[in-house]
Amino acid sequence: MFILKILIRNAFRHKLRTSLTILGITVAILAFGLLRTFINAWYGGVEASSATRLVTRSSISLIFHLPLSYKDKIRQIDGVKTVSWGNWFGGVYIDEKNFFANFAVDAKTYLELYPEYILSPEEEKDFLRDRKGFVAGQKLARRFGWKIGDLVTLRGTIYPGNWDFVLRGIYQGRDETIDETQFFFHWDYLNEMLKKRNSTFADTVGWYMVGITRPERAIEVALAIDKTFKNSLAETLTETEKAFQLSFIAMSETILMAIEIVSFVVILIIIAVVANTMSMTYRERIGEYAIFKTLGYRNWRIAGMIFGESLVITIIGSLIGILLTFPVAKIVGKMLSNYFPVFNVADEAISMSFAASIVIGFLAAIVPTYRAIQIRIADGLRRIG
Amino acid sequence: MGVPLSYSFRNLWTRRLTTILTALGMALVVFVFSAMLMLAEGLQKTLVETGSSDNVVIIRKGSATEVQSGVDRYQASVVETLPEIAIGKDGNPLLAKESVVIISLQRRVTKQENYITIRGIGKSSLALRPQIKLVEGRPPRLGTSELITARSVAERFEGSGLGETLRFGLREWKVVGVFDAGNTGFNSEVWGDAEQLMQTFRRNAYSSVIFKLRDPNQFDAVKRLIENDPRLTLEAKRENRYYAEQSEMMATFLRILGTSLTIIFSIGAIIGAMITMYAAVSTRTAEIGTLRALGFKRLSILTAFLLEALLLGGMGGCTGLFFASFLRFLSVSTMNFQTFSELAFDFRLSFDIVWKALAFSLMMGFVGGVWPAVRAARMNIVESLRAT
Amino acid sequence: MPPIVEIINVSKSYRRGNQMIPVLIDINLDIEEGEFLALMGPSGSGKSTLLNLIAALDHVDSGTIRVGGVDITALSENELAQWRAVNVGFIFQFYNLIPVLTAFENVELPLLLTGLSRKEREEHVAMALRIVNLEERMDHYPAQLSGGEQQRVAIARAIVTDPAILVADEPTGDLDRIAAREILDLMDRLNRESHKTIIMVTHDPKAAERARIIRHLDKGFLNNVYSQNPH
Repeated sequence: MFILKILIRNAFRHKLRTSLTILGITVAILAFGLLRTFINAWYGGVEASSATRLVTRSSISLIFHLPLSYKDKIRQIDGVKTVSWGNWFGGVYIDEKNFFANFAVDAKTYLELYPEYILSPEEEKDFLRDRKGFVAGQKLARRFGWKIGDLVTLRGTIYPGNWDFVLRGIYQGRDETIDETQFFFHWDYLNEMLKKRNSTFADTVGWYMVGITRPERAIEVALAIDKTFKNSLAETLTETEKAFQLSFIAMSETILMAIEIVSFVVILIIIAVVANTMSMTYRERIGEYAIFKTLGYRNWRIAGMIFGESLVITIIGSLIGILLTFPVAKIVGKMLSNYFPVFNVADEAISMSFAASIVIGFLAAIVPTYRAIQIRIADGLRRIG
Repeated sequence: MGVPLSYSFRNLWTRRLTTILTALGMALVVFVFSAMLMLAEGLQKTLVETGSSDNVVIIRKGSATEVQSGVDRYQASVVETLPEIAIGKDGNPLLAKESVVIISLQRRVTKQENYITIRGIGKSSLALRPQIKLVEGRPPRLGTSELITARSVAERFEGSGLGETLRFGLREWKVVGVFDAGNTGFNSEVWGDAEQLMQTFRRNAYSSVIFKLRDPNQFDAVKRLIENDPRLTLEAKRENRYYAEQSEMMATFLRILGTSLTIIFSIGAIIGAMITMYAAVSTRTAEIGTLRALGFKRLSILTAFLLEALLLGGMGGCTGLFFASFLRFLSVSTMNFQTFSELAFDFRLSFDIVWKALAFSLMMGFVGGVWPAVRAARMNIVESLRAT
Repeated sequence: MPPIVEIINVSKSYRRGNQMIPVLIDINLDIEEGEFLALMGPSGSGKSTLLNLIAALDHVDSGTIRVGGVDITALSENELAQWRAVNVGFIFQFYNLIPVLTAFENVELPLLLTGLSRKEREEHVAMALRIVNLEERMDHYPAQLSGGEQQRVAIARAIVTDPAILVADEPTGDLDRIAAREILDLMDRLNRESHKTIIMVTHDPKAAERARIIRHLDKGFLNNVYSQNPH
């Protein structure tokens, strides 16, 4: 306890400098925590994906559709429990800026496959009954102030024209990793309209979602599905939901990698700042270190004092930074909700922040400690003058 | 005349370790700052150079991209008869009916899948884009399953190099040429005959119609004509405008990310400069007293310390910029959220970025140095002399 | 001829905590041109404060100080700075050289405040260094010089602008006996040959001996006893 008291007193001998250093660490740790959170948010969809769901899509690319007739063939494959399907709708609500994911799904099977979207039984019933009904996540509904029974019009970008929908249900996520900004409606309604227009898109689906009996069989079932449609006009590519999500992230990995690098740059910046503070402290106290040595203090004790002081400063700074990360992440998350539906501070981000502060404290103390140990008593004392 | 510049400079030199650490912090911030600007500049440049303002892109009304769009054969033929379309050297109108889809290709090294735009072209497609140059092989013969690929695609994706074969839609496609599209969006594309591709993908509508205007000033008139024609459900955009819109979201994203990172990071570096300068002032208290006793005014002292801080910032700025300039040799490819397909661009260093980065580093030095310098200038002569 | 320094009814006190401590009480003193005056007294007697007031480093609470006929208590901060640059040369106990500048550059510092050209400045600096006999060490940094040499550089800096008055605060306080004697010889020469008015604060009787007049300060009062050294 005595040692800690000395360390803290020493650290605050230069109040202005120490406060500035702590402020610097706080800002850096805050930035680091936010960047880690940002990276986590990018992987948000992966975390929420289930191991018992597969996604089947056209092997050429996601923009190519599959025939509706595939659903019966997939259902017959051993290991498949449920088959649902959907189309990306790509509708725009009033203005392009109001971007959110919206798609047409086979409602009954979709809700069955996605138990993490929690809908009250009455709302579920209302949605299934209304051909033009749609369900929105609660964050999305809150964003636009939609209430049950509201009429919402989307302008089609892939399927031209204005499309009217009625809000029949607002779902909640089972936990905080679940995206609550989605918008889905009946595939039957879309298909009916497409048939009326003689569209080539009629009776086609963007992707199948396949529920399987046991997660261990995922690869086997996926291979079986793709084999069924091999050498047909529309070959398929089936993967687990997780792999599907990851393949999207991989396409923008350059940006992700840049952010990752940058998150470590901020740590480097702050190491430079703290090392600077410690080297100044050292220079001022050369005489004191010499006195300690005269008193018979060994090198390791002197090293301990410098390292200890450095760590006291970085840990105080990082604790404040970590505490601030939560409220700031909330605000940033709100601002970025268009890009990232889920923006939560992960435990991993916190532990990395804390680990970073220890690393900063240690690295910053190395050079001053080395010099303090090297100094000869006579030289040190002379400097007191 | 004030305190000589060498005074500020030599003081920095005397406290080398501190100076280097402080300047290093600033250099890292300037590095991030210039990297972001260079990226944004590269993206901008790519978009500006992709389209020409003399060319018009016709897509279906309401669709934001060519991939979403559909222009059926009848409507395309109506557009084809417009008298405002320029005539090429071969006597044919400079117009192409194109079909654009996205296919997934596999990376040569990582085996990762990326979405690449494949463009079905017509006779005049190449003539419409003079910025594209065939560097190897020959153009694809229309009516065959021949493709040409952009150089960056040819290098990175399996089966897309000259003489190699791609397989999709139950057909084999032979790559007969590689083109260099400079720094344009076309640099991430694969081209083949529109009719062949449409047959393969079972589409009966084109994605877009591109043509060159006989007189670029006629754009507004042509746009009105097309958009008011009751037979057509199309809209017209200048080609450069069309490409700029396609990456707006990406550009905004980079801008927001870059600005917020720079702001947050610069706080750290400014604090570093402040610590250094405050220490400089307090260890040199007696010196400040002496200078004042010799007759130097408060303003001269303020200037000397500010200069020291600015020098510190300048050093950081130059170092950061020096390392950032090496990024020019890197190119970035990432998925464009709006089009769902790959977009490649380079880091670009411009004169504008150089002075912005230097100004920014001097600004950091100034903000970090101004309070310590004021403190130095406000010191009482007698008390500071006693600090010896 | 009027005295070069006239100190009329000057009082000065300092605040310590919430208490006002009088340091100088109603001081009257005239210093003639060409004088070599030593101010002596125990610590806290106010001798350094008086010196600072004469050199316009500090402000009086009441009273007037005229130097060369100019009332320096009426000048503004910036006017004082300019006045100091031209009229007063300083010699400090700890030399107060700028460690990052060479001997030459240290001596040149006060000249930067004048309108002299580079060449003229060089000539002046060379001359000042010749007077203190340090010409050959002008490219050395203070840390490369001995204490006595540093003080000689400081004296060169004090005389380079050719001021009428030199003020010295314990100029030998940090030096050994031999170096101290050299410095005092130098000051003596400046007073005699260059007719500089020198005001020196010291508590070293050996140093005071070299002055022509010694005045004693005690608890803020100027002692009326003053000794005149025979020369």
